Amino acid sequence: MSTTTPSKLEKILAAGHFAVTSECGPPRGADITVVDEKAQLVGPYVDVINVTDNQTAVVRMSSLASCIRIKQMGFEPVLQMTTRDRNRIALQSDLLGAGAFGINNVLCLTGDHQSFGDHPTAANVFDVDSTQLIKIVKKMRDEKKLYSGFEMATPPQMFIGAAENPFADPFEIRVLRLAKKVAAGAQFIQTQCIYNMDKFKTWMGEVVARGLHEHVSVLAGITPMKSVGMARYMKTKVPGMDVPDELIKRLQGVPKDKVAEEGVNIAIEQIEELKQVPGVRGFHIMAIEWEAKVPEIVQRAGLYPRPKVD
Amino acid sequence: MIMARPKPIEEIVDVVKDFDKVLVAGCNGCVAVCEAGGLKEVEILASTLRMYFSSRQKAVEIGEISLTRQCDKEYLNELQNVIGNYDAVLSIACGAGVQFMAEMYSDRRIFPGVNTNFIGVTLEKGVWSERCAACGECVLASTGGICPIARCSKRMLNGPCGGSSNGKCEVNREIDCGWHLIYERLKTLGELKRFETPTDAKDWTTSRDGGPRKNIKEVSQA
Repeated sequence: MSTTTPSKLEKILAAGHFAVTSECGPPRGADITVVDEKAQLVGPYVDVINVTDNQTAVVRMSSLASCIRIKQMGFEPVLQMTTRDRNRIALQSDLLGAGAFGINNVLCLTGDHQSFGDHPTAANVFDVDSTQLIKIVKKMRDEKKLYSGFEMATPPQMFIGAAENPFADPFEIRVLRLAKKVAAGAQFIQTQCIYNMDKFKTWMGEVVARGLHEHVSVLAGITPMKSVGMARYMKTKVPGMDVPDELIKRLQGVPKDKVAEEGVNIAIEQIEELKQVPGVRGFHIMAIEWEAKVPEIVQRAGLYPRPKVD
Repeated sequence: MIMARPKPIEEIVDVVKDFDKVLVAGCNGCVAVCEAGGLKEVEILASTLRMYFSSRQKAVEIGEISLTRQCDKEYLNELQNVIGNYDAVLSIACGAGVQFMAEMYSDRRIFPGVNTNFIGVTLEKGVWSERCAACGECVLASTGGICPIARCSKRMLNGPCGGSSNGKCEVNREIDCGWHLIYERLKTLGELKRFETPTDAKDWTTSRDGGPRKNIKEVSQA
């Protein structure tokens, strides 16, 4: 597979390795050391670090600023961009800024509705949606044009990613929607956290049946459960999350001080199982406010050391 | 039609409490149908205000009128001989009616008595639901007759998002996922292939983003 950008993630995937990505949520303040610490913690164990963009509509340090910091630390960031807060003018402006600082990965998202966040009375933007953002990034890179048609000498070189949730409804539309994102230009997909393995495999089977896996690298979303409470919360409170009862029972079946360890065990078993699923090209490990567990998960899942690519 | 709901009585009282003569002016158009600003609501609001002020031993004269429409000069003209008798008017028409009355009677104080909120339909007696966001460039032909601008909380043109669950929106379980509805309709019509082609970014110049809008009907010169 030939590469289209200087992205390390693209090279890892092109070389046929399982990719490993993780996430860093910037702080709700101006202290950059929080970013530094999270990046130092997970950086050596993953290929790229996603930086969330005001996730769940809570104001945090800007994704772009944090990405620049991570890049300067010698790690490779993935700029997450939601279309909730910025219109096509601001999005493209940030993409140019990202390109200028050598950021080569973007994850195009629509974003959680602002009613979930810390400023529920805010107006939203939604000038474009995630699929349209993918098209904008692709046009900038491949045609060297802004969405307006204005030609630029130096476009940002982005390896283009998107998210997909195999567990949202209607289920039948989920593969078609992935096809749409691929048609728009998505090159990698990070999925929603997987807990219902059977449903994920059904979805992945359809992805492969349609041949989409030949055009897009699917990175399976893994989030270890820290507690029974977290599992219950994810099941009942997080839209589009599918947590089977058996998983909750398994966590309940171990002593309280062993629940977190069991959560990590489950995540590692999932990775091992998913390695065998055709079309799965890597893992997106989202240890939510639990970044310290990423090195252990990566090592125990046999994904360390990370391969070197030029 | 244009939907509205009455403002809280406390808010209304607060804006009119310092006047001696207040006219409650209804509109027999859209807001009458959605039971927010028609003749019946004029009577109810006027009675409520009278009771409120009399219980506080304050003599306020409350007048009542309901116009055919408040968005046409022809009907607003009917106020010409009446409005001078009042210090203030509480218009319970939509925001367009309130403004047009204020434009025509610019030396009068005109206050809104309702909150105008959307263009929609009567689902059943007492239940109204949004259908159109007046974006100015209708996309219904390609979405099975269901508007993603008005009915998706993120006005996505390539939905549904990952928050759609059991046909409901992530914002709350009372809201139907617009894209789930579109999916069901297109499935019925055998047009699911529409889901495979990305829809381009919308031109919002015809929407409020293009600035205040105006329609001028071309008159044929035949």
